[in-house]
Amino acid sequence: MTTSRPPHIGVALEGAGWHPAAWREPSSRPADLFTAAYWIDLVRTAERAGLDYVSIEDSLALQSERFLTGDERTDEVRGRLDAVLIASRVAPAVSRIGLLPVVTVTHTEPFHVSKAIATLDYVSEGRAGVQVKVSVRADEAAHVGRRPHPGDVALDDPAFRAFVDEAFDEAADVVEVVRRLWDSWEDDAEIRDAATDRFLDADKVHRIDFEGRFFSVRGPSITPRPPQGQPVVAALAHAEGPYRLAARSADVVFVTPADAAHSRSIVDAVRDAERAVERQGEPLLIVADLLVFLDEPGGESGADRLARLDALGRPLVSDARIVAGSASTVADVIDDLVAAGYAGVRLRPGVATDDLPRIADDLVPELRHRGLVQSAPHTTLRGRLGLPEGLPSRYATPVA
Amino acid sequence: MSTRKQIILAAYVGGVNEHTAWEHPDAGSQIDFSTFRHVAQTAERGRFDYFFLAEGLALRARDGRIFDHDIAGRPDTLPVLAAIAAVTEHLGLVGTLNATFNEPYELARQIASLDHLSGGRAGWNVVTSFDAYTGANFRRGGFLAHADRYVRAEETVATVRELWDSWADDAIAADKESGVFLRDGRAGEFSHHGSQFDIEGRFTVPRSPQGRPVIVQAGVSPQGRDFAASTADAIFSPYSKLAEGKAFRDDIRERAARFGRDPEHVKILPSAGFVLGDSRADAEEKARHILEQQLSDRTIQVTFEQVWNRDLSAYDLDGPVPDIDPDPEAPAFIQGRAFIFQDRFQTVRTWRELAEQKGLTLRGLAHEVARAPGYIGTPEQVADQLDTFVQEGGADGVVLGSHVVPSGLDEFVDRVVPLLQERGSLRTEYEGTTLRENLGLPLPEAALAAAL
Repeated sequence: MTTSRPPHIGVALEGAGWHPAAWREPSSRPADLFTAAYWIDLVRTAERAGLDYVSIEDSLALQSERFLTGDERTDEVRGRLDAVLIASRVAPAVSRIGLLPVVTVTHTEPFHVSKAIATLDYVSEGRAGVQVKVSVRADEAAHVGRRPHPGDVALDDPAFRAFVDEAFDEAADVVEVVRRLWDSWEDDAEIRDAATDRFLDADKVHRIDFEGRFFSVRGPSITPRPPQGQPVVAALAHAEGPYRLAARSADVVFVTPADAAHSRSIVDAVRDAERAVERQGEPLLIVADLLVFLDEPGGESGADRLARLDALGRPLVSDARIVAGSASTVADVIDDLVAAGYAGVRLRPGVATDDLPRIADDLVPELRHRGLVQSAPHTTLRGRLGLPEGLPSRYATPVA
Repeated sequence: MSTRKQIILAAYVGGVNEHTAWEHPDAGSQIDFSTFRHVAQTAERGRFDYFFLAEGLALRARDGRIFDHDIAGRPDTLPVLAAIAAVTEHLGLVGTLNATFNEPYELARQIASLDHLSGGRAGWNVVTSFDAYTGANFRRGGFLAHADRYVRAEETVATVRELWDSWADDAIAADKESGVFLRDGRAGEFSHHGSQFDIEGRFTVPRSPQGRPVIVQAGVSPQGRDFAASTADAIFSPYSKLAEGKAFRDDIRERAARFGRDPEHVKILPSAGFVLGDSRADAEEKARHILEQQLSDRTIQVTFEQVWNRDLSAYDLDGPVPDIDPDPEAPAFIQGRAFIFQDRFQTVRTWRELAEQKGLTLRGLAHEVARAPGYIGTPEQVADQLDTFVQEGGADGVVLGSHVVPSGLDEFVDRVVPLLQERGSLRTEYEGTTLRENLGLPLPEAALAAAL
């Protein structure tokens, strides 16, 4: 298979970085984590590098070393702001890069999620996306108090398995509702026709009348169709169930291949999931997450830095492959992934304030040297990702 | 230095309404960010206290069909305010968020996030809904009975405040040397078990710059007044004339004192429009023209249909007031807007008497009962009316809307603001950086200490 398209490169922002001790690095600004200036600096660096998008991690609970509940650690970053609002705050300060906040869809209202992302698309002029996240945590359920949770149980507990399956099914319904609401106004619904005294063409604003197993939503949205029509929907997935959610609902799936063999098997599994759910339209963009520690040219190696940070507290544990090395090493991994059928990579900087500048200054030039960076200027995130633009609303009647 | 009372000013962009004239040649987008940026930056240039954004959760419908005449469609409140924070420095950012169709944890975290991201400029206008039509857009549905809405709203506000208070001011050490990020491993811990919410855990957002973002409320019933007087920092009031405004303000201040609060810490702001002219006659002529634009045939019909709760399309607007009774039992004929009249029969009776007395057609009645656009006159006259209203205790300021978006506020800022500043009734520079400082409200800690 030929790989004529250069890969999409994005970056995943998480507090001070993905290493739990990242905040202790000399460059880190842990006291600024809750300021707009900190996030603007990071996103501007990513934009300067020419990256396609940043995603912004979020959760309805504090960070924790445990999977289902909180912890009481005091030596790691705890606390986070709402990612949609960070993205909205940053949007007017940058002009080209896509913005994908993580949004938990389990405990939130689909109507609110839909209009929030539509509005991010307005304030960013067509650069919005969303990474939908299913919550299976006990602490998050207790924060909202609306649904029973089996509690802090073993992950193979049947009650927990059932809870997880249900949460993923429900998430697919949420995304369906969010997408229908985006389409509920046709692009030209606002007519401002003084002759007929109509602001709207009521025939171009549609109820969605969604009735599912978990909830129903009537619509239409209060927010007109966003600039991209359908902002980009992404999901992080590690297993068959989540692959199916992505295949049903998303444009982009972030996956976590550990090595070459695994990366091939994931592509197969995702394509299987697409067939299983009878996916229509574009195939999923499969994007590999890599957690990176880049060598400092003429200074400390990425591997030494990782070892040093590991020794400070809790060693890094990651679902995504950890690549510590030179820009050339990371570029080699990206090369291999592209050859295996990946549409791109999303880099998780081990230390945001160190690795993001190195991505900009070392890795991107290396990728450009290898012809692995796309240079076509696109104004929308869909355009940057090669997704079809100008999609009509599903409710639009074809022009005769 | 002047000792005049400082007028509090807020700027308002309406989203779904019959007041904004979309037919006006200067009317711009109601949704593009450039519109919001323009109004917010104009308000900041005029040294306004805050930008105020309403919320919409359902499009209006008439007899089951989306109503197509008025301005409709609006962005989500909080993302717009967060984006405005990027293009302003001092302006407060107050958003309406419904306490019925939101959960306290999410509300608290979004508003506190906005407070962090704006450097302490966030406020929350608390509203409720009991409308099943709106509820059909939400998982929860139209579950809330009318009488329960304040119960839930009060507990929502109280719970949100518990969450805001769950982090100590100095909870974050962020000491790289010692490796202590949090001083307390249980920072953000909360537990709320009330009649509406049964929640516990830890809040994700550290103490925000204002500690407690500003709470704004509306409410005119005795229950609503108590709720506002006991919990609000500012009240969005419907009373824009001096006598009624003064009576309302006196009542709220008395109630606030009864709740152990300093009445100075509850600011009252009615909404107001304005029309400027080169002479009073010129302004009045413009105001008449604006009202005619606002009161189109379809607006008039729908306004009356909302009260009658039935189809009035067969009635000539230039004929007499319909002689049929309202139908309170039928399903809502006009959906998606708040019903502001207490009693349909009483309202219709009053209107009939008025029409009979003055010999009014339906259209004439609409003009008679429509709210006047507020302050009308030359810039000097408007500055004088507004200043007098505030100095004499009608309110602490106003929430200003304009019938043309986005440029309508420019005229006020260019022509009236300098006159208010000359009089010493409006700041020429911002005093502080937070919304609380703009409004002259104490930090929550200070308020707590004073109450002890």
